[in-house]
Amino acid sequence: MTADRIADVWGTRTPMGPGAPWPQRVDQHLVDGLTDQDVDRWVQSACVLCSNGCGLDIAVRDDRMVGVRGRADDRVSHGRLGPKGLFGWQGQSRDRLLRPMVRRHGKLEETTWEDAMGVVVSRSRELLESRGPLSHAFYTSGQLMIEEYYTLAVIGKAGLGTPHMDGNTRLCTATAAAALKETFGTDGQPGSYTDLDHADAVFHYGHNVAETQTVLWARMLDRLEGSDPPRHVCVDPRRTAVAQRSDVHLAVRPGTNLALMNGLLREVIHRGWVDEEYVAAHTRGFDELVATVEPYTPSHVADICRVSARDLEAAAEIFGTSERIVSTVLQGFYQSHQATAASCQVNNLHLLRGMLGRPGAGILQMNGQPTAQNNRETGVDGDLSGFRNWENESHVRELAELWDVDPMKIPHWAPPTHAMQIMRYVEQGSIGLLWVAGTNPAVSLPDLERVRRILSSDSVLVVVNESFPNETTELADVVLPAALWGEKTGTFTNVDRTVHLSEQAVRPPGEARSDLDIWVDYARRMDLRDRSGRPIPRWETPEDAFDGWRDCSRGRPCDYSGMSYELLRGSPGIQWPCTEDAPTGTERIYTDHVFNTQDDYCETYGHDLLTGASTTPEQHRAARFDGRARLKAAEWTPAPDAPDEDYPLRLGTGRTVYHFHTRTKTGRAPELDAAAPEAWVEISPEDAEPLGVAEGDIVRVESRRGAIEVPARIAGVRPGAVFVPFHYGDVDKGDRPSRAANELTMSVWDPVSKQPAFKGGAVRVTRVRAGDGPAPAPPTTPSPEGA
Amino acid sequence: MHLTTYLGLADTGEQTLADSFRQVSSGHGDEPDVRELTERFADQCDEHRRLLAPLTERYGEHAEEEPERLHAEGLPGTRSGGVGLLRDLHDLYLLASYLDIAWTMVGQAARAVRDQELVDVVSTCEQDVQGQLAWLRTRMKAAAPQALVVG
Ligand code: SF4
Repeated sequence: MTADRIADVWGTRTPMGPGAPWPQRVDQHLVDGLTDQDVDRWVQSACVLCSNGCGLDIAVRDDRMVGVRGRADDRVSHGRLGPKGLFGWQGQSRDRLLRPMVRRHGKLEETTWEDAMGVVVSRSRELLESRGPLSHAFYTSGQLMIEEYYTLAVIGKAGLGTPHMDGNTRLCTATAAAALKETFGTDGQPGSYTDLDHADAVFHYGHNVAETQTVLWARMLDRLEGSDPPRHVCVDPRRTAVAQRSDVHLAVRPGTNLALMNGLLREVIHRGWVDEEYVAAHTRGFDELVATVEPYTPSHVADICRVSARDLEAAAEIFGTSERIVSTVLQGFYQSHQATAASCQVNNLHLLRGMLGRPGAGILQMNGQPTAQNNRETGVDGDLSGFRNWENESHVRELAELWDVDPMKIPHWAPPTHAMQIMRYVEQGSIGLLWVAGTNPAVSLPDLERVRRILSSDSVLVVVNESFPNETTELADVVLPAALWGEKTGTFTNVDRTVHLSEQAVRPPGEARSDLDIWVDYARRMDLRDRSGRPIPRWETPEDAFDGWRDCSRGRPCDYSGMSYELLRGSPGIQWPCTEDAPTGTERIYTDHVFNTQDDYCETYGHDLLTGASTTPEQHRAARFDGRARLKAAEWTPAPDAPDEDYPLRLGTGRTVYHFHTRTKTGRAPELDAAAPEAWVEISPEDAEPLGVAEGDIVRVESRRGAIEVPARIAGVRPGAVFVPFHYGDVDKGDRPSRAANELTMSVWDPVSKQPAFKGGAVRVTRVRAGDGPAPAPPTTPSPEGA
Repeated sequence: MHLTTYLGLADTGEQTLADSFRQVSSGHGDEPDVRELTERFADQCDEHRRLLAPLTERYGEHAEEEPERLHAEGLPGTRSGGVGLLRDLHDLYLLASYLDIAWTMVGQAARAVRDQELVDVVSTCEQDVQGQLAWLRTRMKAAAPQALVVG
């Protein structure tokens, strides 16, 4: 590699015109000046540092990972890798946890697997006997593999019978799932990345794709630099790289997304851009939608959202007059006030214009993490495995038969317990065993002061599968060293339903084991068995676990029944559904415009978008959706924690280009750490000036819950809003003030998706002292215009 | 005309329910979803009283002799813990149901006297109270297993 891919985030342009194939460009990074000749073997995998899942090969030399190379034929990346994909994996070779640890006399001490598992199993047995399965909870991640998730789902739902399972996907893509379920009846991404090659308009709703999925942005940039480029529209309070390349940038006031969406819908309706035939044939609820959005005139929306009415009209016109539109949605919507309601309106816009199910017309309700999709599919987010409906007795029976257990054992009497509620039950003492895997809640959950108190409580045994010492292992009672990507075999699915196989390249360090091995070991020690006396789960290896999942997914939207390790090996990635009839996978779903809203097939009967109240099965039957999409609408309401004199600004938090999650891996990769070593806060020149804050000054950012001290970047963020990256934790903090964004955030969540509203809480900024130069924010972060 | 009695009943019912929602909102501040939604529902109840005010005025304050005193007590205070939350939501459910059927009856009478304005007000209020009931039912169903089985 020659180019400096830290500075050149998106790499060299390979422009393309509409409908042309995206040219290949193979990116590679080998350590220590090694060349291809030094590599012993290349092992097939895909990147796990964001939801793109770019296909790559891992270079191995002397049983060590020494590099990565994009796979030229990969359908997601066509050979490309971004800075995180190129460099992030290197973090895996530092500071690893090598042996199990158990807390004794207040201190974590290294011990044997036998001893550590003994502690877990004896507490688990004791709790099951005294209080039953509702005393157990599992909180996982968007970074494990299908095999691991599905195994845990079966252990939790068929072996133990607990409804308390969720993943940190609740924090990132729960709203994507919820919005898809509300509109289309089940989860499942309507669009495909190839839609971007055809689109004549691209809408970004709270999605800073240039930083969160760099290779996807490279694809969009190649269209922008090619012939006949699409028009772009960006909704984001920050002037991101996406905003800078957009024809219309709506710098919406935080907390008002739904008002904006209602305004766009109203314009599309009033200007006569609705495809009436399509709406009549394929949707339900148009009249209610029209009535709900009617008050949102451009000038009213301009007042609420502080955007110009003319810009709103211009954006609506692009939506109303383009022929092939792709919309992408992410945390600017998902982690904000009225998340599900606003995200559903993106679906509604597409439905009103019949803008899906054909090349170039697609919706990407995005994921953040690499395997978030699988957490949702397998049901480790609490849902029933295979997008089944917990209120549908025949779906529960299907699973009971598959798992050979009494249907009563499968928790389906109430909605699954979401992460924040699990934490509340732990706080109240009714959950006595909390098992955390592949995530760092002591940095990533909102209101960290409270999270630390909960995790340190005496009434709960906190078990953590982890690979690095971090803020959460510091509070755990049992720490189990976990193998990482490249050290185990498994599969995972990216945001456009592309499944990749990732093969084991090297052995895990020390005594680390895969999460799959850890959970199978637990199940065997607990002697979990089905009705015929067979062990639960019935498998021990990744491939057998995959085959188990394949059976479970059969006949459901996420159908893997035609897939196998053999087919995946050497493939460019296969999109589900993949069945006997579609053995090479399916590029686009809903091409017949029949949606999954049939009473006996849907994953949910739906909810009231304002309160989260469930629609009953009877109400659903009476509404006769029968395969027609549900156009659901809601009025805008003001966001909670309104700014006032004491806390006059609204906080946004988010991901930035060089880091992922809580930096466990990327913070240990030298290039990425050097590129963005410290947190910062972005503040507009208008807000900074009266506070006497200049570029690089150390400022205190305070909310009603906590405070951090970080350098200020005077940036292109809308006045009244500030932004703090959420990656930075405090594991090595010592005496210095905190830099973790979630010290500031609130414990509130969307009523439907239960996703916490990280964005939008009220804060104040005060100057502490001068800094030693500009803020450590990388150049990719927004700067004031003209600067 | 006993319609005035029932208008008074609905008005008092809305007030009692608003007070009780607010009580639960502040008493269960550690349950953020409960805190936020009960506060919003309390505001809805206030709004209903505002909508009703001109009609009560039109029909007159004077109530006929009531057959017996009709009214539901609000929540005296909130309870704590998982079961406490469940009991408080359960009480709210009873108050809201009482109001729901009261609106149904007012709606019937409004049709009988062909008062379109009252019919419209009733339909708004009924829809809202049914939304409140649906949320209470959803939330209680989710909370009951943990509260009643594990505590
Ligand atoms: S875009 Fe995402 S998946 Fe692709 S290389 Fe970058 S971090 Fe990895």
